[in-house]
Amino acid sequence: MCLGIPGQIIQVTDTARKLGIVEIGGVRRTINLACIVDQDHAIGTCVGAWVLVHVGFAMNRIDPQEAQRTLDLLREMGDLQKEIASIEPTDTKTSEGTGEIR
Amino acid sequence: MRYVDEFRDPVTGQQLLQQITHQVRVLGRDAQHPLKIMEVCGGHTHTLFKFGIESMLPEGIEMVHGPGCPVCVLPVGCVDDAIAIATQPNVIFTTYGDTLRVPGSQKSLLQCKAEGADIRTVYSPSDALALARQSPDRDVVFFGIGFETTAPSAALTLLQAHEEGLSNFFLFSTHITIIPTLQALLDDPLLQIDGFIGPGHVTMVIGLEPYLALCETHHKPIVISGFEPLDLLQSLVMLLEQFQTGRCTVENQYKRVVQNSGNRIAQQALEKVFLPRECFEWRGLGSIPNSGLQIRPEYAHLDAEKRFLLPSRSVPDPKACQCGEVLKGAIKPWQCKVFGTACTPETPIGACMVSSEGACAAYYNYGRLATTRTLPQER
Repeated sequence: MCLGIPGQIIQVTDTARKLGIVEIGGVRRTINLACIVDQDHAIGTCVGAWVLVHVGFAMNRIDPQEAQRTLDLLREMGDLQKEIASIEPTDTKTSEGTGEIR
Repeated sequence: MRYVDEFRDPVTGQQLLQQITHQVRVLGRDAQHPLKIMEVCGGHTHTLFKFGIESMLPEGIEMVHGPGCPVCVLPVGCVDDAIAIATQPNVIFTTYGDTLRVPGSQKSLLQCKAEGADIRTVYSPSDALALARQSPDRDVVFFGIGFETTAPSAALTLLQAHEEGLSNFFLFSTHITIIPTLQALLDDPLLQIDGFIGPGHVTMVIGLEPYLALCETHHKPIVISGFEPLDLLQSLVMLLEQFQTGRCTVENQYKRVVQNSGNRIAQQALEKVFLPRECFEWRGLGSIPNSGLQIRPEYAHLDAEKRFLLPSRSVPDPKACQCGEVLKGAIKPWQCKVFGTACTPETPIGACMVSSEGACAAYYNYGRLATTRTLPQER
């Protein structure tokens, strides 16, 4: 119940009640859009936006630029880590943290 | 799935783990003197176990699993109240599936349903509202549970029912708030925590500002984190950087979803519908002032607490159960006397075993006991 899942708004179905169809992992469902609609974000402009869905309510828009920035930062961290690993003498390396993420 | 798969990349995950190991070594932390970091949210606990992150972290970090699973902290008395409502004639009691197996003092909602009560699992409070529209001759009650993540949905549903003039929809609110909870944890002298991984989706609603005072007063850094494996690993890197540079601030790793100001519309809905309760009793943690949300008097006609006569008894937690110590991070789930024997996900005694986001259920289901660390004493 607490898990939020990303979904994309496909269609606005009820402007007055602020309802729309959101596709979440291939499943389409009517979702309440009240929390992501205001003066700056009219309901008509929602279609195509990615939102985080919790218990049938879109709780926030997902910012594609911030998502990209985080991914870029993660990649940079990875590159940096490769540098550090190449500088460090191998005998001080521990066996921790080298397992595989499943 | 977009915004999920790219945050699960195993190669980047390994690099981040190496970086964390390096940082912990620079900080001079080891198994004897680990940094104790609490992930407050049950969703984070779930990710740590599901993806095996817990077992791959260096020994100089100890993750302490916090009380941020609302199902786990639901007290026995609230379950009894829910059952009292559900067994009234003419009631359709609707709830998220997570609450069904939480034990009350006599039975759970699931047992109550087996005995004939009309208890229905819903995905959303909107489903309960639709049911109320379809069944005007029945009283439809929605069991509102959760932190600020789920509370706005309940609030907006209640406002919709009010607007439509429905007289057969009722909200039973056991909603809770995060800041008083963290305050209570930090005031506990037994709790030795160095820093926090903050709950991403609660913060998506309330924003970063409410954490600032806590962070300053108690000098504990907080990083608000997303829920994918790379989110958590990056949050740990950010937290360790704060330790390395001697900073102590509230940082936001989950910028793609969390704006610093939170979600104003959701905040307004919460303010419009709810008032803080003077006190709310938590399973395992006891009474925490201002941590519960009750429905404002303006909406008393939609408040299940006003519509039905409730026992509202304070019932002590089962004696054998050590959920409270687990929730405070004082013991690991497997150190509990009944873990995996009398208390399992099929027959839970404590609520930490009920929810998939509970620390005990995570340990039980994913079987990743930290065997290289201290094993429980044989009895």
